[in-house]
Amino acid sequence: MADKYTQLVNQGVGKSVARKLGLPQPAILRRYRPGSPLVPGPVVVLGDSPASDKLAAELLSWELDIRRHAVPREKLGAIILVLDNVQRPEDLGRPVLAAAASLRDLAPGARVLTVSRPAATAASPAIAAARQGIDGLLRSLAKELRAGATGNGILLADDVEATSPSALGAVRFFLSGRSAFVDGQFLTVSGQGGTLPPQADTPLAGKVAVVTGAARGIGADIARTLHRDGATLVVVDLPSAGDHLAAVANEVKGTALQLDITRDDAGQRMIDHAVQRHGRLDIVIHNAGITRDKLLANMDPARWDSVININIASQLRINEALLASKHFRSAPRIVSVASTSGIAGNRGQTNYAASKGGVMGMVRATASLMAGNGGSINAVAPGFIETEMTSRIPLALRETARRLNSLKQGGQPVDVAEAIAFLASDAAAGINGEVLRVCGQNLVGA
Amino acid sequence: MSSDGQSAPAPAGTPSNAAAAPAPRRAVIVGGNRIPFARAGGAYAKSSNQDMLTAALDGLIARFGLQDERLGEVAAGAVLKHSRDFNLTREAVLGSALSAETPAYDLQQACATGLETLVGLSNKIRLGQIDSAVAGGVDSASDAPVVVSEGLRDVILDLNRARKLPQRLQILSRLRPKDLAPLAPGTAEPRTGLSMGEHQALTTAQWKITREAQDELALNSHRNLAAAYESGFFDDLITPYRGLSRDGNLRADTSADKLASLKPVFGKNLGVGATMTAGNSTPLTDGASTVLLASDEWADARDLPKLAVVVDAEAAAVDFVHGKDGLLMAPVFAVPRLLARHGLTLADFDFIEIHEAFAATVLSTLAAWEDEDFGRTRLGLDGAFGKVDRARLNVNGSSLAAGHPFAATGGRIVASLAKLLHAKGSSEGRPARGLVSVCAAGGLGVVAILESA
Repeated sequence: MADKYTQLVNQGVGKSVARKLGLPQPAILRRYRPGSPLVPGPVVVLGDSPASDKLAAELLSWELDIRRHAVPREKLGAIILVLDNVQRPEDLGRPVLAAAASLRDLAPGARVLTVSRPAATAASPAIAAARQGIDGLLRSLAKELRAGATGNGILLADDVEATSPSALGAVRFFLSGRSAFVDGQFLTVSGQGGTLPPQADTPLAGKVAVVTGAARGIGADIARTLHRDGATLVVVDLPSAGDHLAAVANEVKGTALQLDITRDDAGQRMIDHAVQRHGRLDIVIHNAGITRDKLLANMDPARWDSVININIASQLRINEALLASKHFRSAPRIVSVASTSGIAGNRGQTNYAASKGGVMGMVRATASLMAGNGGSINAVAPGFIETEMTSRIPLALRETARRLNSLKQGGQPVDVAEAIAFLASDAAAGINGEVLRVCGQNLVGA
Repeated sequence: MSSDGQSAPAPAGTPSNAAAAPAPRRAVIVGGNRIPFARAGGAYAKSSNQDMLTAALDGLIARFGLQDERLGEVAAGAVLKHSRDFNLTREAVLGSALSAETPAYDLQQACATGLETLVGLSNKIRLGQIDSAVAGGVDSASDAPVVVSEGLRDVILDLNRARKLPQRLQILSRLRPKDLAPLAPGTAEPRTGLSMGEHQALTTAQWKITREAQDELALNSHRNLAAAYESGFFDDLITPYRGLSRDGNLRADTSADKLASLKPVFGKNLGVGATMTAGNSTPLTDGASTVLLASDEWADARDLPKLAVVVDAEAAAVDFVHGKDGLLMAPVFAVPRLLARHGLTLADFDFIEIHEAFAATVLSTLAAWEDEDFGRTRLGLDGAFGKVDRARLNVNGSSLAAGHPFAATGGRIVASLAKLLHAKGSSEGRPARGLVSVCAAGGLGVVAILESA
């Protein structure tokens, strides 16, 4: 549900008044519904590399309306700029200006997607300059898009093809309504592995997933989203949150495990429950977390320690148990919830930001340990999300915070859940050790 | 067999007919769920029996993934029950996440209601009539039915039958102000007019149970229950409800001194020193409990745990009306009969759960079993029935600490005991055995044997 202001400026009088006064006009975002079209119109694939031809051919098989040239004044669902073979900054001009001609034709909720390679591994300074230029280009372009349209980039490691399973998985994610609140972000595909699901609407069919902190808020929506995508759920939360947890478990037709994740045996108990009750364990979502905000000058050990223990130390302990378990070795997936606070910092959140920075460090360092079994570990860093927690922020501060991004609104818990569900799928197996921000391109800490 | 009809049918150690008959299949306890128990007028003051039973049921469904499952049967009941709740259990099932095609029935046997649902349903499973079941119970002392006076009821019913206005006016004129006062439910025994506490006070005096012994039992109940919570024992037995995640009656910090400072409330007119206080008696309580039962096949097919087996049960009743036995002493007779049928003694049990209606009830029961004369004259044995090892008695606390929502107590005890037995059986590599004993109003008692599965 969009916030009240967003609802107001999207209908009738409110819409025209906001326009005349030049007030911000956040759009109702295009979110994923099973069975809905992947994009709201034809997809233009620009670029002249072999990869762009291959990608366009592959997308044709998804029964999309694929164009290699835009027809003026026809509403477009997406523009994909395939820039994998740029050799110098001058190479960017032609495809980028071709895209520019179509920007005004983008349908509401359309997508602009770049496909390129990382600058860090470029063979020459000129190639690196061209590749890095795409970064600045995309992030600026994303800020110019309107009506809920977003711009994101896929970075293909040098040995990864544009039509590798995870590259296609990422293309599908970014084109779809699943990425509604992901804007101005790059996602690196570093591995050729992964498989695209036989049924696009149930990519997690047959998987067993554990979600911590699932009794309410983002955790409950993660459970709902994984269930919608076909997974069998084990929902975990503190025994004291058991009533809400039971309601979620019954809604997603999974099992409730009342468990304090800071217990030494928490990881083992999750594994035991999943294996005994559901025969396997494929996915663990580390969502449980708390805030205990205080300026550092006023910080006390209880606030500091509990945040560190619950938000990051427990995840490390649980991962240790998971990595040691023979039941978590068949393409296992871990996704952690980080936070933009851990990237950009946030006044009053030194403890929280330390814990969330820790999550990102953990994810990057655990990636190689997961890769051996075809597994992966990634994090999602939410920005301002409309939850019970953020609804307690004082009104003026909250109103400012939720507008400070390119989409001029707070994200919904389901937006975080969608990104997690994607990273938990086998279509994302080639994405490992990454942090994906779900922040509507927050202006802070970009 | 002695003439009073209460003695064991066969001496201990003799194999019974039941044991010799072809073994029916097993009824296993998969697990349980209850909501924390709240003191009357507390956290659940505005919750109905149906609300609480539904919540307990939904927590059980969530724990074991039973959404949309068509169970064989759900049976539960309440002691204090509104007439509108004629189909209480079925209504709770319809409000739960179970399949709407799950049949249900209500049962009522005073405080033994919860245990009796377990007995009945496990027998159905053993006989192959059903494969799965939920046994439960609920009670609200807060949301108790309040009824109108007999005078007003009479007038209303006659008015309903009257056809003409003069008739109606004439009927209405019979109303007196006192008829308008509502009647709260009584807790007194209908045939004696004595409350349960006063009845127990008679028994307490008869067995010379001291105040100190009662307070000590109450203190242990609180300490054991608090320790069980601390160890996480209830993490998979309880689902919070209405802001409560632990039993509201639990006083983890109570002490012998605090208990000793309370004034006696029952037995003040007996001529002997009154010993029963609010501290060593159970308070009026709200709550609900459920237990999931299944055949081995049903549990295995769903990869569900199997904690314990319901081995056998026995009901008994005493003639308290004429003062032959104490109101709450029926288990004293039920247990020897049940154990005799299986050739068991009290020493054969790893855990013994005796419902703490009052501390003195438990102590009177133990005293009767330890009494040589009672064993000979009333139980038809060669001497005393036996001694309960206190280290095996109510090890995780019982009703004095947890509270006692009448029909919910059986399910509380059974689920906790099943978990204890499973742990004991697993750690020792042998079957562990447990005894449940619940006394009830009307001189009733139901007892059961569980064994680790």
